[in-house]
Parts: sequence; C-alpha cells; structure tokens
Amino acid sequence: MSITQVHRRDFLRSISLSGTAFILGISSSKASEATEITNLSMPAERYNLSPYIVIEKSGKITLFNSKPEIGQGTYQSITALIAEELELSPDQYTIQQTGGEKQFGAAQFAGGSFSVRSSYFEMRKVGASAREMLLTAASKQWQVPVSDCFAAKGKIIHKPTGNSFTYGELVEKASTLEVPQNPTLKEAKDFKLLGKSIKRQDIPLKVAGKAVFGIDAHLPNMVYASIAHCPVFGATLKEVDKTETLKVAGVEQVMEVERVFGVYKSTGVAVIATNYWAALKGRKALKINWDYQHKDSFNSHEYTKTLHELAKNEGVQDASIGNFDEAYNSTSNKLEAFYETPFVSHSPMEAMNCTAHWTENNRLEIWTSTQVPSDVMRDIPIHFGLKTEDVTLHTAFSGGGFGRRLAIDFIIEAVNLTKVLKKPVKMIWTREDDTQLGPFRPPTFSALKGAISAEGKLVAFQHKVISPTIMAFLNPKNDKTQLDATMTEGISHQQYEIPNLKNLFVYADIHIPMFWWRSVTSSTLAFSHECFIDELAHAAGKDPMAFRLAMLTKDSDTKRLLHKLKEVSKWDSPLPKGKGRGVAQWEFFAGLGGHVVEVTKLSTNSVKIDKVYAVIDLGTVVNPDTVKAQVEGAVIMGITAAIKNGITFAEGKAEQSNFHDNPVLRINEVPQIEVHILAEGGKTIKGVGEPGLPPVAPALANAIFSATGIRVRKMPFDIDKLV
Amino acid sequence: MKKYTLTINNHKIQVEAEPDTPMLWVIRDYAGLKGTKFGCGMGLCGACTIHLNGQAVRSCQTPISSVQATSKITTIEGIASSVDHVVQQVWIEEQVPQCGYCQSGQIMSAVALLKANPNPSDEDIDSYMAGNICRCGTYVRIRKAIHTAAQELKSGKNKTVKSTR
Ligand code: FES
Ligand code: FES
Repeated sequence: MSITQVHRRDFLRSISLSGTAFILGISSSKASEATEITNLSMPAERYNLSPYIVIEKSGKITLFNSKPEIGQGTYQSITALIAEELELSPDQYTIQQTGGEKQFGAAQFAGGSFSVRSSYFEMRKVGASAREMLLTAASKQWQVPVSDCFAAKGKIIHKPTGNSFTYGELVEKASTLEVPQNPTLKEAKDFKLLGKSIKRQDIPLKVAGKAVFGIDAHLPNMVYASIAHCPVFGATLKEVDKTETLKVAGVEQVMEVERVFGVYKSTGVAVIATNYWAALKGRKALKINWDYQHKDSFNSHEYTKTLHELAKNEGVQDASIGNFDEAYNSTSNKLEAFYETPFVSHSPMEAMNCTAHWTENNRLEIWTSTQVPSDVMRDIPIHFGLKTEDVTLHTAFSGGGFGRRLAIDFIIEAVNLTKVLKKPVKMIWTREDDTQLGPFRPPTFSALKGAISAEGKLVAFQHKVISPTIMAFLNPKNDKTQLDATMTEGISHQQYEIPNLKNLFVYADIHIPMFWWRSVTSSTLAFSHECFIDELAHAAGKDPMAFRLAMLTKDSDTKRLLHKLKEVSKWDSPLPKGKGRGVAQWEFFAGLGGHVVEVTKLSTNSVKIDKVYAVIDLGTVVNPDTVKAQVEGAVIMGITAAIKNGITFAEGKAEQSNFHDNPVLRINEVPQIEVHILAEGGKTIKGVGEPGLPPVAPALANAIFSATGIRVRKMPFDIDKLV
Repeated sequence: MKKYTLTINNHKIQVEAEPDTPMLWVIRDYAGLKGTKFGCGMGLCGACTIHLNGQAVRSCQTPISSVQATSKITTIEGIASSVDHVVQQVWIEEQVPQCGYCQSGQIMSAVALLKANPNPSDEDIDSYMAGNICRCGTYVRIRKAIHTAAQELKSGKNKTVKSTR
C-alpha cells in the first residue's frame, strides 16, 4: 500500500496549465496586511499565490485547508468558511491539506487555538469573491443582470427562468474576470454551514481505518528505524557495541543520529532494519556507554526544594496595580499559600514518527504528522542546506498533537538518517521514548498572598510564579534576568477588580527540555490562581461564586460566563449531604472558559467526580458540535493532568515510561460532561481547543474542598487518597 | 525467518517473519493494512485491537507464531457484518472521533462487546472499553454511541443481524 498523494504543486500545474480550472486564492506576500484575493488562473502570478479554491471544468471542486487536522476539526471548519460563501454543500468538494508550501504562507500551523478565528473572515472572503465572479460569469453568458442570478448548491441560477450553470460550466469565463476585493459576505441568518453542527468529512475515513496518519506512510524499499536515546538529559555518547544488534535478523545498520530541539542537542544510536520489529529488537541488543556529564544526579525531589528556595527571591514584576505592599501590610485578615504542579508529557496516541526520503539527486520528501507545516518548510531546508523547492512535505492527519507536534525534533532525526542512507526511512518513537524524552510541560510553582478587608473584599493580591521557562530552550539569547511573560500567562489578565495587585516571576534554571502543552502555562497557573481565589472567598466567609461575581462589577465576558455557569449548574440550589461543588474560570490568549465540578465524598479523604458543567465563551461559533467535542476532550485531559501521575525525575531520567505508570483517564473514570457555548455573535472570535482545560483542575480542587474540607495545593492529587 | 500463512479479512496471505513478530507489525507492514494502530506496544492502550476468531485481542501482544493458518483475523478494514456496519454508522452519527487515531481500536472493541453483550449497561461498557485509551477524550461519545448502536440493532433497524463470528 502506498500513499498516492498528488503533490499540490504538480496538481495545480497540471490542471491550470491546461486552462481548464478556475483557481482563486490569496496573495501570500500580503499575508500580514489586508487580504488580497487573486485570480490564480492568470498564468503570470500563479505560483506565488495560495490557491484555496480550485474548480475544474469537469465540475470537480477542491478546497485547501492550511491548518493541520490534529483532531480539532479544521478539516471541516476551515473549508466550511469557504464553502459557506461559495454556496457548496459539504459533499460537493474535496479537501486537500497543504504541506507548508511557500504560496500558502507562514500561517500553516495548528496552535494557540488560532485556526478558525484567524481564518474566519479571510477564508470567507475568498469564497465570496469566487461566488461573485461565478455570478458575473453566468450573467454575462446569459446577458442578464447579475441581480437576477443567485448561487445555490454549486450552481448559478437565473431566477426568472430557472436556468442554471454548474460552477464547472463557468470555469472558463470566471477565470478571465477581475477579482472583487470587497465581496459582500453573507449575513449570519443566511448561513447553511457556519454555526451549524455539520458532520466532519474526516470522520468517515477515521471509522473505516482509512485516514492516513504520518505513521501510515509506506514507500517502496523503505527501511525502518528505532533510536536509542540516552534517558539522562544532557548526557553524551561515549561508545556503542553493536555486535549483538547486527546479529538480529533484519537489522541492516547501526548509526549515530543527532536530535535537535531548540538549544537542546543530543546524540542517539539508530538501528536500521528491514522491518520495525527487527529495529526494536536490535535496539534492545545495543550496549551503549553514555557519559552522563553529572546530569544523573538530577531529581524532582531536589528540584522541588530549589523552587521552594527560589520563592524567597522578590523576582521581576509582571504587573502592578495600586500599592500591594502597603495594602497587604495594613490588613489583618491575610492568607498565604504555596502551590505546585509537575512536569507532564503530551502523550498523543500517535507517538512521534517521521518518514523521509533523501534521494541521490538531493531532493528531500517528508511524510509526517505535524502541527507546523510552515515551520518544517522554513527550518528543514536551512538546517540541511537545501533549497526550499527541493523539499516536499506531506502533512498527514495527526494522531493528536496537544503542542508536542509544534516541535520538529523527530523530523530532523528522520532526515538525518535518510541523508546518510539515501533511501526512504520510517523512524518511529516507542511509547517509552514519547513518555521519557520530552519536551515536557514545565512545572510552575506559585507563591500567593491575599488580604481581605473587614467588609470581606479582596484588597490586595499577589501571584508570584517560580518556574523554568520554555523560551530558554527556544531562544539561545533568552535573557534570564527579564520577565518571561509566557510563564506568567494569564495571572495579570483576569477580570477581577482588585485594587492592589503585584504579580511577580522568578526564573529557575533547568536542563530538561520543555515545551508548549495544550493551554500552555494556563494549564498550571489557573490551578494555583483560581484555587487561591477560592481560599480567599472562604477566608472572607463568602460563597466562592458570589465572591468572584462581587469582584466583577463592570460588564465583561468573564462576568457573563460566570452568570451562565451559575445558571446551568444550578449553583444556588443546595446539594445533598456528602456532595460538593467548585467553580473556576480562566481567560488567556486562547480564549475564555469556566467550569463547575460536582463531586461526591466517598470517605474522609476520597471523592468521586460526578459531573462537569463547562461553559466556553466564543463570540462566534463555526461548528457547535466540534466545539463541544473539544471542550469534552479538554475536560478529560484536564482531569488527567489533575489526578494522574505527572513526570518525575530520578537519577536524571524520567521515572515513567508507558501508560501503566503515566496513565491517562480511561472510560470508566469519566464523569458526565455538559458543555454550554456562549456565542453572542460579533467580531471577536475566541479560541476553541484550549480554553476548556485550565479551569478543570482548580474547579475540581475547589469542589474537593467543599465536599471534604481538604485543600489541595499540589498537582497531581490522588482523589482516592487526598492529603 | 519463517514462512506463515495467515487469513486476514478472508484473504489468505503468505508472510515471512520472525516467530516473535507481533501481529500488529505483520498486519501493518507485511499485509499493508494501516488501519490497525500502534499506541503503546504493551497491551495497555487498545489502539492495535483486532479480532482473532471473533475475539477482540491486542495485536501488539499476539506474536505471529501463535496464530494458526486457519485462524480468522479481522481488522478494521475487514469488518463487514451488520453489527460492524451499525457501529461505524453510529460512530459517524455521534461524531465520535477527534484525531481518530485510537478509533479503529475503539470500534473493534465496541463490536466485540456488542456481539458478546447486545444490551450493555454503562458499567458493562466501562469495564469492557477500559482497555482502550483515547487521549483526545472521546469517551462520553463512545459510551453514547455504544448505547445507540445497541438500540438500533435491537429495534431491528438492521434486519440481518446475526452473530457471524
Ligand atoms: S499498541 Fe497494543 S495495546 Fe497499545
Ligand atoms: S480520537 Fe484521538 S486518541 Fe482517540
């Protein structure tokens, strides 16, 4: 079985040179400016432009999706933006995933809950321009006023006579027309796809085992690779004894290979074999001598102590309002708390893998699951000294990403191998590799202070974050004495009206590679922040929901969200004895979400999670069912991060290795999840993939307090054995 | 290397492999059926679930030497009975998959569950499906889809239901 994916460049060349297609796209040079829509059917400009719509004479319509499908539904939602304006139903077009081609620009990535909101108007404009051109083409053909024509289901119809042209029939005419730069966008009330729970086109493939993921690439004469990496971070390779490995049937070769992730570099030992099982067996038979470079003394226990110690430093300022010190010192009802969170792995179900082929004439072809096609096509040619036009990337469906596939370390590894081998090689990480080698979500520790006035108002608040930073791995010139605002994400942007606030950051050094993880630093800081707000509510003798709302006197999305949560969770109705509920919300770069969690107390120190009420604020929603799915998934991933093992280190290595000791939530542990979407319309569109995650752990911890009186201040926490 | 004859999705194929090669890699790389997925390699995640004589097994834990030439191996590409069909349809109806990577395994397990227990309770579903991990968190929908499939099969929406394996 082989992938017979037509390369986009060739595909476009062949169909457009024959003059039989109408191609409409965006000028990528203008990516950052106002979108300019261009008629790509005109030969001169064709190859510098991003063709999003290709209509062939035969009637075949192809729409291009430049946001990788990693489970979040862009395959449907991005192309639906075009299809809505172009009046196509979901079964009338084929979808092609872009592969980091220059003409599609630098925004071919899936991250930051950014895909739909960044494409919402741009893609609709492309679709609307095409619709207007097809209308003009038809009206010219019939010699009737455009106003007498309308588009519906892939046809232009002449109202008075009922005559119609399919889009295919209008290709020739439309491709000679000027592109309207300001097409009229449809009104929301006329939407047939947007705002509706349209079925995703990738799902029939996924239930039939036909969706092609990176790991499914298959090429003639392909060899397989498994790489032994030193589990101690910072170690170097001393020597390898490959004698036993070479005796394994199917093993062809053993070679050194470099892994590069930002400033982090390491050398591993790759076993190349005719089949993957042989590569794995050969890898087990390797005898490797690593030089640990004294990094084998690193352990989580000591590192935790370091972070506690560093908390004594003042740190650099993230934000300041009023005079925190004065207000805090002059108030008697004060609270201090320290919160901890662990390293975690991303653990997408499809482990890192990449298939690559460096040919004898120095052309490189890559098949992989990645969140960042544009980055791959920018960085791989530079790293390997190749011309961009000699590199081709096939972006497959991703078996999960969660931020892990924003990195390209595993792609560089596979290319390193094929560069030497000059034949196609499929490199697959084992689950153990995936669990132990990082990059991990950084642990953040938080020192919090709050002061409550005699009236029960929060008058002074401080959140000090103590943590290592991701930027130190990505940017060699990163200045560690400065604030790294990605590590204080969200703590100074909550809507609570607090008169005196001073938020701080203390940098902690580390050599363990770290990276973005779904909802990034908000996934840990929301826990400390929103749990501490809860502590303050109790210290003030207030209901936690009322306490929050009292700090939201001005209109805000957060206020609306909390009111919605209050309503759907029936917050004010008393719970039966032995049950508890907790609330948390979080606003950050990706958007805004909030949850109420209900738990049942099983014993003095154990609970069961009964139900999660989730509200996500979007402004505008493209596919409500996809949003619900994303929030359900975020809630489940959030519970895993809250109650299951994180990654801990001993002797320089991650102590966990696979799903038995780095477990994720299973079906029998999943509570009821009820998702509500706030979509009031308007121009601000918030993200979908991440906002459902940050409030999970704090809402759960707050519910645990309400049910048991136990205040959890450390993630992960074992809900069967709370301390 | 040894020669093996296998019956996968009713097709006989000849394979030359080491006896300890897991069926997972045989199915994917020798038989070229990529729907069966690698998730953990340790029997912990269920992504590699196939049917061996009608029973759901983890193909990563099933060496080729343990499989008879007459054993019926069924993968996601080969499921064809009415139960299978209903499950796949319901999976689309309920929009279960997100990334989809675990879903071949989820469906193979769900089909085996429904064949053994046409009327599973929530607890039955939880205990049978607990071996299948979904990192995207599609569990709520999996549970609902299995109930819906059970109802559709019972209400005779599909008249040809019979236990075929
Ligand atoms: S790959 Fe077989 S159970 Fe995970
Ligand atoms: S759908 Fe992604 S792992 Fe289950």
